[in-house]
Amino acid sequence: MTDKKCFRLSSLPLRKQGIVASIKAEGFLRGRLLDLGFVPGTVVEPIRRSPLGDPTAYRIRETVIALRSEEGDKILVTLNKKGAMMP
Amino acid sequence: MNFSNLFGIPSAPRRHRGQFSRRNRERFSLPHLSSSLRANRKSFLSPTLNSKEYIIALAGNPNTGKSTLFNALTGLRQHTGNWPGKTVVQYRGSCNLKGKKVTLVDLPGIYSLLTNTIEGEIARDFICFARPDAIVIVVDSTCLERNLNLVLQILEITPKVILCANLMDEAKKKNLHIKISELEKKLGIPVIPTAARSGKGLNKLKSAMDDLICGRITTQPYRLHYSAEIEKAISEMEIELAPIVTNGLSPRWVALQLLTGDSTFINGIEKYLAGKQIDGGDSE
Ligand SMILES: Nc1nc2c(ncn2[C@@H]2O[C@H](COP(=O)(O)OP(=O)(O)OP(=O)(O)O)[C@@H](O)[C@H]2O)c(=O)[nH]1
Ligand SMILES: [Mg+2]
Repeated sequence: MTDKKCFRLSSLPLRKQGIVASIKAEGFLRGRLLDLGFVPGTVVEPIRRSPLGDPTAYRIRETVIALRSEEGDKILVTLNKKGAMMP
Repeated sequence: MNFSNLFGIPSAPRRHRGQFSRRNRERFSLPHLSSSLRANRKSFLSPTLNSKEYIIALAGNPNTGKSTLFNALTGLRQHTGNWPGKTVVQYRGSCNLKGKKVTLVDLPGIYSLLTNTIEGEIARDFICFARPDAIVIVVDSTCLERNLNLVLQILEITPKVILCANLMDEAKKKNLHIKISELEKKLGIPVIPTAARSGKGLNKLKSAMDDLICGRITTQPYRLHYSAEIEKAISEMEIELAPIVTNGLSPRWVALQLLTGDSTFINGIEKYLAGKQIDGGDSE
């Protein structure tokens, strides 16, 4: 992977895959996001956005999880190059 | 933080349970207890009159087949469907395990004990504070890894756990092979493969439940180890907590939660210690 540029997950366009790089939150929110599967290295893909743009449904670890943009803002991702393995 | 303030009050014993101290017994005459709890006073005080009633909870991630399993074991018809979040309160039903009457509790699905939804709190409070005789954790065998997070969290609370590896038929379709006995060894608890919708594996699951509540099998749950710094803090707190956390909660676990500082958890403990019923969901 050469492109190490990090985005906020909330700004990742639909159908583009990201790889979780880090979580910019502490305490409860951090624990909860990790528990939902947003662990560094995990592939995540926004699959649906509600009309107002919030919340967004993400496919992650074989499940669809909806996050509000405040939460999605706290997750940094890199763009997944085609063909990377889905963990 | 003032631990003795948090933990100094003896907790109300849960319903259907026999053993409690005189101190607790006295608490039952206190006026602040809810009337329904007082109405149950008799059954608390004379546990030997009726044979013991066991309580087993079904817990797990959303959409893993908990309600399907509940229906199959109780003959009831709880709401099931292929989307997460159907069960939002706890449902109860009874089931017969080799002549023993067991109350099964179908809990809402959760990914984590760290939760900020009402139904999540119902499930978490039941798992943490209702002290069921056993917890059957229902996992989706097609995505075990995701499910094991909650399993490890629950294993920190209680050793009385059975893993029900459900949706085995779907896992087979996906050509996933799950090494059941290896998983049992690693987790230190019984793992029973099932396909709840077609009833596969349910007899084995029932015998494992029976074996566990009767003490014929004991588990050795896998224990997570934290960094040296955290472990040190835990052991220091455990020493202080041990004499006050006497009501079946694990001092190690309470220490961990205090370190996490989750205020909803602390609310849960307060409710528990105030003698409020946490098992107050709908029953059937
Ligand atoms: N193929 C297959 N489907 C199953 C099995 N067990 C349950 N299902 C189906 O999985 C879906 C979810 O089942 P539920 O029992 O509603 O799941 P739940 O865990 O109670 O879900 P929540 O209450 O939302 O957490 C339903 O469509 C069930 O018919 C199984 O072993 N095999
Ligand atoms: Mg359900």
